[in-house]
Amino acid sequence: MFDYTHLTTSVRWAIGVIFGLLLMSELILTLVSHLISEKSLKEIRLRIRTWWVIAASLLGALIFSRVVSLVFFAFISFLALKEYLSMIPTRRADRRVIFWGYFAISVQYFWIYVDWYTMFLIFIPVYAFLFLPLRMVLIGETKDFLKAVSTLHWGLMMTVFALSHMAFLLNLDPGRNPAGQGAGLVLYLVLLTELNDIAQFIWGKLFGKHKVIPKVSPNKTVEGLLGGIATSMLLSWLMAPYLTPLQPHTAVLFGLAISLCGFFGDVSISAIKRDIGVKDSGNTLPGHGGVLDRLDSLTYTAPVFFHLLKYFYY
Amino acid sequence: MNKLLRWLFFAAFIRPFLTIIMGLNVRNRSRLPESGPAILVANHNSHLDTPVIISLFPHSLLPHLRPVAAQDYFFSTRFLKWFSTQIMGIIPIARIRSKESTGTDPLAPISAALKNNDIVIFFPEGTRGRPEQMADFKSGIAILAQRHPEIPIVPIFLHGLGKALPRGEALLVPFFLDVFVGEHLKWTGDKAEFLTALNERFTALAEEGHIPDWT
Repeated sequence: MFDYTHLTTSVRWAIGVIFGLLLMSELILTLVSHLISEKSLKEIRLRIRTWWVIAASLLGALIFSRVVSLVFFAFISFLALKEYLSMIPTRRADRRVIFWGYFAISVQYFWIYVDWYTMFLIFIPVYAFLFLPLRMVLIGETKDFLKAVSTLHWGLMMTVFALSHMAFLLNLDPGRNPAGQGAGLVLYLVLLTELNDIAQFIWGKLFGKHKVIPKVSPNKTVEGLLGGIATSMLLSWLMAPYLTPLQPHTAVLFGLAISLCGFFGDVSISAIKRDIGVKDSGNTLPGHGGVLDRLDSLTYTAPVFFHLLKYFYY
Repeated sequence: MNKLLRWLFFAAFIRPFLTIIMGLNVRNRSRLPESGPAILVANHNSHLDTPVIISLFPHSLLPHLRPVAAQDYFFSTRFLKWFSTQIMGIIPIARIRSKESTGTDPLAPISAALKNNDIVIFFPEGTRGRPEQMADFKSGIAILAQRHPEIPIVPIFLHGLGKALPRGEALLVPFFLDVFVGEHLKWTGDKAEFLTALNERFTALAEEGHIPDWT
């Protein structure tokens, strides 16, 4: 049933490496659990268990077929948008407008399915941007109109438009990236973004002293950020030849870009959570919080990686 | 109750729908009773409230989950009557006293169900009312508690369903749903005191989560 023959050898290796890393972290956890009390490890154990589920679903999505991949990415956007809309204040009058917001997900991923690049680029920034306020105006509730229309569109931009760039990577000409093809680009982006998150977290825990933006995210430190950047540059240099068409020196710069963007994606979602007064965006991913807590960095890295790549290589 | 159709409805439709389209955030699931008799008390916002509460329980308890529902509403059409008795397994009670019902006890069918070790789902507001706003509890729940002082009453606070499918709307708009289960309470010996205690449970449960403005 699993047809992985369309995946290149190096993509299959990358999949192996991901599960190898997960196994390794389980092993380390088992070793450490003999030294440290069980209680402090509960959260991290839960978090790793959820990583297994995330990794398995992403790989499942890539293994079957392009359509399955697109449905999976659309569903991720749906979860993220739903979580966002459940977290922010909304107006009762806007139920129908919000419905159209959800509807926009299927349309956006349809453009990707038919490989209509221009429409993919402008549909949410132009058409959804014009249509949603129009629908709101027809309902006629003017109290908090600006707030309602702008929060809805911001959510669509982050969870649908930005994240859908990850899916459009599958449309890029595989001939220019024989090593990894579309799936390789997706794996490179997701793996590097998430490893960058983890690296920034670990460097910050080990050496963190100077806070970067204490008002938004008190746990983010200069040391964590710099350590994360260095780690991501190295990882990108290591991974790029197998998964992307990047030359070694460009790969290092892409690592820098992804690390910085990941940081800003992370803190912009943090700013929203702080504004609203919640710690986690949801409860869908045990040990992590909500799906937005995991996708926050990708909302920045996906479009920036996509356009850098498109500009220089496609 | 049509056991097979009811099982199918929940296994093939309600559970996948709640998992994929809506998304449940259940807090303190372990406080739910493992068997009857018990009374689950919830705030009422939407027709989805009952299916959500039923889906919190394992399939094996399905035949024992009995929502209390207003006969005047759910027996209003033939299909609705069939659906609510055969699939939802409601205990119909008379909200409006009619000539024939005077002298009869409207809560008697609930007591019978409890005797049968059923888990009764009760909405003490008596109506869905304005979405995401809690109305005062009617005294029905207090009378029920007084009659069955040994039976645990489990408060369940629901949020999000009134946004997803409020009264008077047919268009479903997905939102994550919060389900906060409180610690059970029992009859306190006094009607007003009991209702206050129950109300306090709900206020505390509502404060546990983050409930964004919805006006």
